[in-house]
Amino acid sequence: MTPKLLSGNAAAAWGARLAGVDYIPAFPITPQTEIIETLGSWIDSGDMPGRMVTLESEHSMLTAAGAAAATGVRVFSATSSQGLLYAMEMLYTVAGWRAPFVLVNVSRGLSAPITLEADHNDILAARDSGFLQLHCADCQEVLDSVLLAYRLAEDPAIRLPVLVNLDGFYLSFTREPVDLPDEEAVSRFLPPFDAGEIRFSASAPQSQAVAVLGGGPYSYFRYETHLAACNGVAVYEQIAAEFASTFGRERGALEQYRCDDAELVFYMVGSFATKAREAVDRLRDAGQKVGLVRPRLLRPFPLGPVEEALKGKQAVIVIDQNLSMGQGGILHTELLAALYGKPGAPPVVTSFIGGLGGRDISAEEFYHMVTVTRQAIASGTVPPPRLLYTAGELREIRKLQAVAMVERQETAPARGTAAGKEAAHD
Amino acid sequence: MYRIRIHGRGGQGIKMASRVLGTALFHAGFTVQDAPKYGAERRGAPIFSYVRADRQAINERGTMYRPDLVVVADDTLLAVPAAGTLLGIDAHAVVLVNSRDSADTWRHRLNLDAKLVILPSAAETADRANLPHIGATCAGAAACLLGLVERDVLARAIAEELDGLGDTVVAANQASALAAFDALAGQSGLVQEGVTIAAADYQAPQWIELPFEDASIAAPDIRAAANSVQVRTGLWRTLRPVIDYDHCSHCWWVCSTLCPDSAIRVAEDMPVIDYDHCKGCMVCVGVCPPHAIAGIPEYLAQQQESARATGGGADDTETAQR
Repeated sequence: MTPKLLSGNAAAAWGARLAGVDYIPAFPITPQTEIIETLGSWIDSGDMPGRMVTLESEHSMLTAAGAAAATGVRVFSATSSQGLLYAMEMLYTVAGWRAPFVLVNVSRGLSAPITLEADHNDILAARDSGFLQLHCADCQEVLDSVLLAYRLAEDPAIRLPVLVNLDGFYLSFTREPVDLPDEEAVSRFLPPFDAGEIRFSASAPQSQAVAVLGGGPYSYFRYETHLAACNGVAVYEQIAAEFASTFGRERGALEQYRCDDAELVFYMVGSFATKAREAVDRLRDAGQKVGLVRPRLLRPFPLGPVEEALKGKQAVIVIDQNLSMGQGGILHTELLAALYGKPGAPPVVTSFIGGLGGRDISAEEFYHMVTVTRQAIASGTVPPPRLLYTAGELREIRKLQAVAMVERQETAPARGTAAGKEAAHD
Repeated sequence: MYRIRIHGRGGQGIKMASRVLGTALFHAGFTVQDAPKYGAERRGAPIFSYVRADRQAINERGTMYRPDLVVVADDTLLAVPAAGTLLGIDAHAVVLVNSRDSADTWRHRLNLDAKLVILPSAAETADRANLPHIGATCAGAAACLLGLVERDVLARAIAEELDGLGDTVVAANQASALAAFDALAGQSGLVQEGVTIAAADYQAPQWIELPFEDASIAAPDIRAAANSVQVRTGLWRTLRPVIDYDHCSHCWWVCSTLCPDSAIRVAEDMPVIDYDHCKGCMVCVGVCPPHAIAGIPEYLAQQQESARATGGGADDTETAQR
């Protein structure tokens, strides 16, 4: 296999093409649009069978995806950020239908203020929807994850839709060498969808996802969905093992980079984790025993593998490229919940919020997170969560505010008076 | 690892330049990462792209703090701080500027420690469509300065990246790239591979605690009316529309209505272009019924202006033709 230079968006499109998808409902949004443009051009030129339909919104797109999946065909779709949120009602709904398909999300920070670059609040807003989630760190993994996602979604023990996440710009528009697996190997790993009982069709009346009255039936259906999602950990590990033997690439629920003798490990998801890998190498050069644990599978939460990987470590450095307002980092919260009371759990877990809206995380910042965490180990006091934010960045904001404040005073002298402020504080 | 950053304006082929360079380095046996970075997604807006090339897997991503080679396709960007052309440039770096001015002039203006190389901008031709392709030219020049890519590999990379645009386009871009590649032959291999920051003696980041601030300050609001007037998007312009009032039929509504940026107003039955905000899209040039608006290169227009300011008004035409 000769690798090709492919962007993350092209890799996602290749994943769908190799998976032999039948139906693609689509709606454009930056930075996802290239995915559907690429698939559209292949369908147009006859390089790819299947049907693509552009819908009038992401809400309709997800409805179409779920409805098509319920007929037993293989469905692919893709969106990003505001689009994912606009479709949120249908995300929960189609997961409740137990309709298996794959949705790619190209991560982009959420409004307001509106932005284009990546962070994970969009995909994590779908955390509790019933969609399973795979998070990618490079372009090869994007292609591989789409194939893995179909196996996971369509597995009889699961039958749930799966989200595959890649970061906008840092993966979507970034080309890297990608091995295109040959079609024959793909069809061995991922044969055509055996839909079994999923046979919703015209002229054969059935009711799907009926209304229930009372909490008893509702609890049954919701908890069954939860149990199906929980099956995902074991099923995913088995699928990943099969993937490794077919394609020679390890795609387990966790990436564990130089972890065996590590005292401290970084814990994060997404493309910035490759920067952590680089930092681990440099820290190892300097004699520091540091590693990286990166969940690829985030829903279901890979509890057993995480517990095992972190057992006996002195500390975990959690980097969240997301922010739950009024709580902090979502990965940090989930990790503490997973480790609490477990024998051998690391005594120190530090929390850093970084990379919001694509804000870079520098090599020095990775090194310094290790320094801060070592101080916490030595002192026995864990510092409060920290936003990765420098004095220089605040100076830039102050310049913008200076302009904005002058303008406000010029245009609205009556606003924000001392009297008004006092009243607000009473 | 080699780190290359290419700055230019939307429409100059800056993304294409990084892809050509990336593909050429990939064929030369390197592991490659290339990407464009843009916000405004408009013709004329500052954009940049970057290429990383190494002999092993590349884990670094995003911002390039210490580039080995910076290519500036449009020298007017050097005066725009927001374009970030000079980020991380030190004595180790090579800066290649596509310009009509000399290396000495730029060294003096920028007070830079870096190795400065000028890629002479092409002279004006009667038909501007005949000007060499800037993206391809920069890719060719960069390939030469790196000294890692053979001529034929560069040509092949262009053929691959422009596949689908037709043989004529491919050939024209190859000609531009190879001419630049040959022109800088004396400086082949000038760019030196950079190093990574060691973890042993790093400089600690200046992290700060963000203080709580009242929502009247901390909400992302701009309450001033018409504040976008202060954003001088006229800096994006590479071509300037100029109205010949002798030929203007004073219909006044066609150009002013169709200007996508509302940069043409009407004063006393005459259309007037607001050059602080005209982005140089040339829509007015295309729609003017009596063809009374011409597009002239922005740098020539500026030369005329400064000649007029220094009292050389009579030489206007001559300057424009030079």
